[in-house]
Amino acid sequence: MKDVEMKMLERAKALLGSGEVARVIGWKKGEFYFDPVPASFESVEELSDFVYNGFCGANLSKYLIQMSKKEGKTAIFLKPCDSYSFNQLVKEHRIVRENIHVIAIECQGKLDIEKIKAQGVSAVTEVEEDGDTVKVSSLYGETTLNKEDILLVKCATCKSKTHQAKDEEIVLHEMPESKNNRFDEVEKLEAMTETERFAFWKLQLQKCIRCNACRNVCPACSCIKCVFDNPASGIAAKANDSEFEEKLFHIIRAFHVAGRCTDCGECSRVCPQNIPLHLLNRKFIKDIDGLYGEYQAGETAEGKTPLTSYTEGDKEPNDVVDGEAK
Amino acid sequence: MLKIAKERLNELYAKIAESMGLFIPIKKAGEVNYHVWGEGKEVSLETLKTVKSPKNAFFPASENLMKFKTEGKNLEIIDVRWDKSEKPFVIFGVKACDYKAIEVLDKVFLADPVDTYYQSRREAFTIVTLACSKPEESCFCNAFGVDATAPKGDVTTWLDEKYLYWQPNTEKGEALTQIVADMAEQGGEAEVAAQQAATQAIMEKLPFASLDLSRFQPENLNELFDDPAWEEMSEACLGCGTCTFVCPTCQCFDIRDFKTHEGVIRYRCWDSCMYSDFTLMAHGNSRTTQMQRFRQRFMHKLVYYPSQNDGLYSCVGCGRCVNKCPQRLNIVKVIKTLGGKDND
Repeated sequence: MKDVEMKMLERAKALLGSGEVARVIGWKKGEFYFDPVPASFESVEELSDFVYNGFCGANLSKYLIQMSKKEGKTAIFLKPCDSYSFNQLVKEHRIVRENIHVIAIECQGKLDIEKIKAQGVSAVTEVEEDGDTVKVSSLYGETTLNKEDILLVKCATCKSKTHQAKDEEIVLHEMPESKNNRFDEVEKLEAMTETERFAFWKLQLQKCIRCNACRNVCPACSCIKCVFDNPASGIAAKANDSEFEEKLFHIIRAFHVAGRCTDCGECSRVCPQNIPLHLLNRKFIKDIDGLYGEYQAGETAEGKTPLTSYTEGDKEPNDVVDGEAK
Repeated sequence: MLKIAKERLNELYAKIAESMGLFIPIKKAGEVNYHVWGEGKEVSLETLKTVKSPKNAFFPASENLMKFKTEGKNLEIIDVRWDKSEKPFVIFGVKACDYKAIEVLDKVFLADPVDTYYQSRREAFTIVTLACSKPEESCFCNAFGVDATAPKGDVTTWLDEKYLYWQPNTEKGEALTQIVADMAEQGGEAEVAAQQAATQAIMEKLPFASLDLSRFQPENLNELFDDPAWEEMSEACLGCGTCTFVCPTCQCFDIRDFKTHEGVIRYRCWDSCMYSDFTLMAHGNSRTTQMQRFRQRFMHKLVYYPSQNDGLYSCVGCGRCVNKCPQRLNIVKVIKTLGGKDND
């Protein structure tokens, strides 16, 4: 991975140095190895704290809504899954494609520091990636973990290793194939009785603290003013204690992004209470696939979408209620 | 000092719960937060940081304030406040940083004019603290003068492999001790001292142990406010409320009315200075950019609050924001950038 980071840094320097781009969006070093921060670099000097490692899980594409409207061209590093969000944002005219230079970068799956800690490792000071294993040093000792066990939820069920948008590419090693397992959890939920499923979501959504991190990080949630933040909407809400509030918020949000959600998994990555929010979106994706044929949002930046185009053979809403969606 | 065998802890919880409500860290749907104890609940005292802090017990995320009913031209105001005489409560397992945070909240809610909603909950609670024995990299309570190995509270406890050590500090603490006395035995001073020394040795090695806060002084307010570094520090901020809602000292709330079939309920709920409508007023909003909101949060913790409270910072170094910020921004980065010369 170190060689990928070096190559990326080299390109960022060249692009900024030559004036081809005004800024590069990537990651800068945090306080530790495992907490890099999304950053915009505007000069070669600023690149001194540039970083790319196994903890760069954040999807940077949403930052382009602001950045692509600034003066000058913006270069951005996109992992395969981020490139779907990028295309979707182009399709929705939320970002200005011609102002952007996409550098498609290699991804070997990103790691989750919370999962590392869940393995009983505390006071982590260093993390060293080595192929399929990760060596973790802490104030209480050292341990070696399997990468497989500490991948971000979204990476454990990676949908594709193919970049859907790129102006250039930095891929130095083969990327592992997708396991095609992202609907496994949805199928488990579908197999439950209604009562069981209701209990599952009730328990999960009760944890919600209404911090809105899922919404604010979501590339599909790009409204300038969210209805839940608008006091004039009549449904603005900040309270989280009534059981109904959270369900209303999350289900409305899932409906609103249905057909546009690329399944980037950021909602679940950022949830402080680890609610598996991505499962709501995946259920919609699976149903849309079943009703209107296979469709992956963000695969292209053009073309018709299943929920915004009509054909005579379209399934009626009642079919969904009758369970034909499965 | 008393000690209670670890295998009798469940018995201890049951004993307390006979006469009092017991809030304790419980694992529910994978996450550990303070919940009301009941038989069969998965207590996790070992969890260093609950996702939400114990402030929830005194300052709930949502709380009904009053109810209105109208009949013709008459408006009836119904008091719906929580009745503290109903049952006393115990909150068990509060860490030193979180206890310090309650002191910070007290200065806000118990200062004149007293917030009676907060006060009634605060008075109904006996606080049992638990010393830390395994701090982690995101902890920096020592930078704010907190001793993680000797928290205050009505009762202080320490936990090791074999025992829970129990030290009452106040009248409320003595009263609670009476309830559990028959399952306790004397002793434990040496074990506690040994654990404290071992933990303190780790505390000194923590990466954020020696943050320099020296520049956060009231006289530097304007200079800090105008520092150009805020732009870059806030660049990646999503404007979500995670940091504020997991923070043990954030105390801002919103008040709203909610129409129900039985009248109008006025409630308050946590609010976040990170939200775009936080300072919305009739004339518009005084903070229009995320940089301004971001700056407000940290200036409040490190400059405004201490300037009004004899230098007491309203950060206690619990490190929840360090762990939970989706984009890995946090107060440590702000302190390192603006705090003083001794931050590397």
